[in-house]
Amino acid sequence: MTKVRLLVGTKKGAFICNADAARRNWSISGPHFGGWEVYHAKASPFDPFRIYASVSNAWFGQTMQRSNDGGISWEVVSNQLDYVGDLGTHQFYDGTSRPFEFKRVWHLEPSHDDPDKVFAGVEDASLFTTDDGGSSWIEIPALRQHPSSSAWQPGAGGMCLHSVIIDKNNPLEMYIAISAAGAFRTLDGGSSWTPINKGLRSEYLPDEDAEVGHCVHHLARHDASPNVLFMQKHWDVMRSDNKGDSWYEISGNLPTDFGFVIDIHAHEPETLFVVPIKSDSEHFPLDGALKVFRSQTGGVEWEPLTKGLPQSNCYVNVLRDAMSVDQLDPCGIYFGTTGGTLHLSSDGGSSWDMLDADFPAILSVEAQVIP
Amino acid sequence: MIRVRLPSQLRILASIDDELELPSTCIKTVLDVLVQLETLYPTLDGTLWNKKLMARRPYVRIFACQEDLSTFPLDYVLPKDVLNGDEPIVFIGAIAGG
Repeated sequence: MTKVRLLVGTKKGAFICNADAARRNWSISGPHFGGWEVYHAKASPFDPFRIYASVSNAWFGQTMQRSNDGGISWEVVSNQLDYVGDLGTHQFYDGTSRPFEFKRVWHLEPSHDDPDKVFAGVEDASLFTTDDGGSSWIEIPALRQHPSSSAWQPGAGGMCLHSVIIDKNNPLEMYIAISAAGAFRTLDGGSSWTPINKGLRSEYLPDEDAEVGHCVHHLARHDASPNVLFMQKHWDVMRSDNKGDSWYEISGNLPTDFGFVIDIHAHEPETLFVVPIKSDSEHFPLDGALKVFRSQTGGVEWEPLTKGLPQSNCYVNVLRDAMSVDQLDPCGIYFGTTGGTLHLSSDGGSSWDMLDADFPAILSVEAQVIP
Repeated sequence: MIRVRLPSQLRILASIDDELELPSTCIKTVLDVLVQLETLYPTLDGTLWNKKLMARRPYVRIFACQEDLSTFPLDYVLPKDVLNGDEPIVFIGAIAGG
């Protein structure tokens, strides 16, 4: 029987939610790793019972965890994530140079076809990979050693590599994004990287059109439409039709184009979801009304989705990895808030339910379908 | 036996409920405790100290016998009461919010 599993990373542990394909009745297990920040947990698309989790905190550092049974049990794998060679420097908030220093893993991206291969996006920004299920990690150093890296700077959350997209048909083609450096593309598995930020404008930069320095919050791409990328930038929702060579703004009729998440309908590559947030200083929805905005036209027009979502006194944020879709038909959409609520739609976003749980602040949500 | 007290996050990782005990035969120093801990509980690898720097993690504090050992070198010889099992060595996370 088909099942849906949600992997929920929070400020104080991970939770796993399971339901059948109707997605009405959910069981919840957790907290796993209580007291630890779980920035991200994600399952292998090839083996849905193989799950990787990034578990960290400021006191005791980073641990990497793996489950081979769908999250029932976990084992620690290697937490040695060491930069290769010269550390190099990046800009700090005050404009001074600081050496790169590993802080935590923000995002885990398992390979499409090998359950032992995973990419890890980390803070300070770099990309690591494992070919042995996490027993050892090696840096892909060409990204951190890109000539532009001395100009990268941290966003408010740190200088994190938070988005990793692997082309399903050609795993040598990948896209990543760093806050606040921008988006980068490799066509050779990471040996070389090209900044893909043409068309982005950021008024907090001395040169608003600079090649790097942009605070990209999240990237999304649909496997069926590989030339098209979508981006939620600090401000601005952006689209590229040429694999990131150039971008144009699709914020259109959104009430505010600040936000963190952006995701794509599982079966409709031109249907997007964002959660507009009031501003970079006021990280909550406009007027205290939580609204998902959907565009079914690739960003030409946006419509608010409010049915089942709190429309008053709601002052939460939805962080960059905290939205996910499942592959069922109709498509399920899920997002978690910093207030610990988890909202889900099983009809493509037209109506929403809330999971009967109050989690710690939610950092990430991943949905998976178990055949 | 050497008695070791860990903070709750590390007890969760190591799947232990309370104080743990390490065989005292090869333990004389804080460093010995750290090495033995990670040998018997590999899930704690790197959570208390940085092997490359040979230093405790910045927000880890180490107490024993009402003394703060945090700033002492890792090869500091443990107090007699810890070595004979009368007192625990205590690792805690610095009180820094969270």
